[in-house]
Amino acid sequence: MEALDEIILLERFESRINAGEKIEPKDWMPERYRKQLIRMISQHAHSEVVGMLPEGNWITRAPSLRRKISLLAKVQDEAGHGMYLYSAAETLDVDRRELIEQLLSGQAKYSHIFNYPTLNWADIGVIGWFVDGAAIVNQTMLAKCSYGPYSRANLRICKEENFHKRQGYEIVATMAAGTTEQREMVQDAVNRWWWPSLMMFGPSDNESPNSAELLRWKVKLHSNDELRQRFVDLTVPQSQAVNITLPDPELRYDKKTQHWNFGKINWEEFWNVVKGNGPCNRERLAARQKADDDGAWVREAAVAYTMKRRMNR
Amino acid sequence: MKNGPDHRTKNVLVEFLFRLGDDRLILGHRLSEWCGHAPILEEDIALANIALDLLGQASALLRLAGEIEGKNRAEDDLAYFREATQFTNLQLVEQPNGDFAFTIARLFFFSAFNNLLSERLQKSSIEALAGIAAKGFKESSYHLRHSKEWMLRLGNGTEESHQRMQIAVNELWRFTGEMLAFDEVEEKLQQQNVIPDLNPIAPKWNEIVAAVLTEATIIIPSHQKDGGQAGNHAVSGSRNGFHSEHLGHLLAEMQILARSYPDAKW
Ligand SMILES: [Fe+2]
Ligand SMILES: [Fe+2]
Repeated sequence: MEALDEIILLERFESRINAGEKIEPKDWMPERYRKQLIRMISQHAHSEVVGMLPEGNWITRAPSLRRKISLLAKVQDEAGHGMYLYSAAETLDVDRRELIEQLLSGQAKYSHIFNYPTLNWADIGVIGWFVDGAAIVNQTMLAKCSYGPYSRANLRICKEENFHKRQGYEIVATMAAGTTEQREMVQDAVNRWWWPSLMMFGPSDNESPNSAELLRWKVKLHSNDELRQRFVDLTVPQSQAVNITLPDPELRYDKKTQHWNFGKINWEEFWNVVKGNGPCNRERLAARQKADDDGAWVREAAVAYTMKRRMNR
Repeated sequence: MKNGPDHRTKNVLVEFLFRLGDDRLILGHRLSEWCGHAPILEEDIALANIALDLLGQASALLRLAGEIEGKNRAEDDLAYFREATQFTNLQLVEQPNGDFAFTIARLFFFSAFNNLLSERLQKSSIEALAGIAAKGFKESSYHLRHSKEWMLRLGNGTEESHQRMQIAVNELWRFTGEMLAFDEVEEKLQQQNVIPDLNPIAPKWNEIVAAVLTEATIIIPSHQKDGGQAGNHAVSGSRNGFHSEHLGHLLAEMQILARSYPDAKW
């Protein structure tokens, strides 16, 4: 009887999704859907938070007050994105603390891109241009996903990411039109960030274990390869406009498909970073762990104070 | 400038604006160091918000100082190409962040001061300054509220948080004296009716701080049995460019890129 109920509920669930309806927290959903969403949303939230570190690395050294203010505002936005996303995840009956502990224990992942170092100021421009640019391509899709709270969080996030991307590209354009040293810094940053940015969309779908189910339930609407291609098609003309060379000799426009063909991605590097062996994996987790440890007494105090006030009322 | 200062007033006014601008620049910089490392995400956001307000005020104040000075120095020239001894910010704001209690207690002390000062500077005869102060008054009201809430939480929270807050307040107390002391710069500006009388700020500040510390069950250092040890070694001189050793390091980091490529536009 129960099994039959389940089948009927699943059918109803899938037909709602096919009709383009949003699934809301109180609606029935298959356990797999809930699990997949928690995994994706928390990974996304952790990425926003860990992503604060590489860019935060340059706040104190930003070369002008305007740049300092806009970089700080940007990194602050990323903290905000983390908050919206943790809240979206919490609608699925997990709490933020649990998710953060999964991050710190290494059980939960975050985007591999944030395990690369920011070595010169141009990295700040290039991250805005490539990394926020790639995030926009991905999140524009996620803003249309079937789970209501996640869809709405992404809608909100996308607006700010667009601003980040414009700001990053503007730094790149300014430096590319600047002194010889500035041009060298930009080219160096582009050389380092281009391939890791292409990896942000994840491996090809036939090698991506979760893809089929996510597509069927409209958690994702496009394949990783489609999104990657969209990003390349958008970014190549932007690099030409500022006279910066993307480090791929095989980049070629295909008139027939109207897409830019690109060279082979080094997936070995990607998996290596995902497994924890990237250039900054240890530093990133150590920084999050330190913030968490150092903040423990503060969080305890806040809880104790609230309890005392409640008792006195 | 419509209500422009006369020649006599100009130099003291520039000096005064440097003080205001430098305080906010250096504290904004210190608070920005927390971004990504705060005890909770909400506080990453709040501290960044406050840092952004202060850096915005600093930009506007230094820009105005440069305009009045008339030596063709923009706000970035002033922020990035002056030496430590040319900065006139308080030693309070240049101190390293310490733990969260230290950061909060300093923010509370400064915000209470900033709020009282901005409130008065809204009445400056220099329109541009009055405008910046009006914005600063609103912003610092929020900074004061936010830091006060944390003073109460930490003071009344756990034994550890209480202890940390008491230590922070004790350590910071010696930096508060010069914050509340005004010299001939402010006096001249007041005589020339450029700014209102700032002398009521000190007693008001003491009142606000005493009330919050009491509510936070934190002992006010000057009321301590040892006669306020910490207060006896009060620092002074930063309004004339005398600093702790911390400022030089802060500036070395802040100015590195701008100074390494002085011809570059960013
Ligand atoms: Fe983001
Ligand atoms: Fe972003």
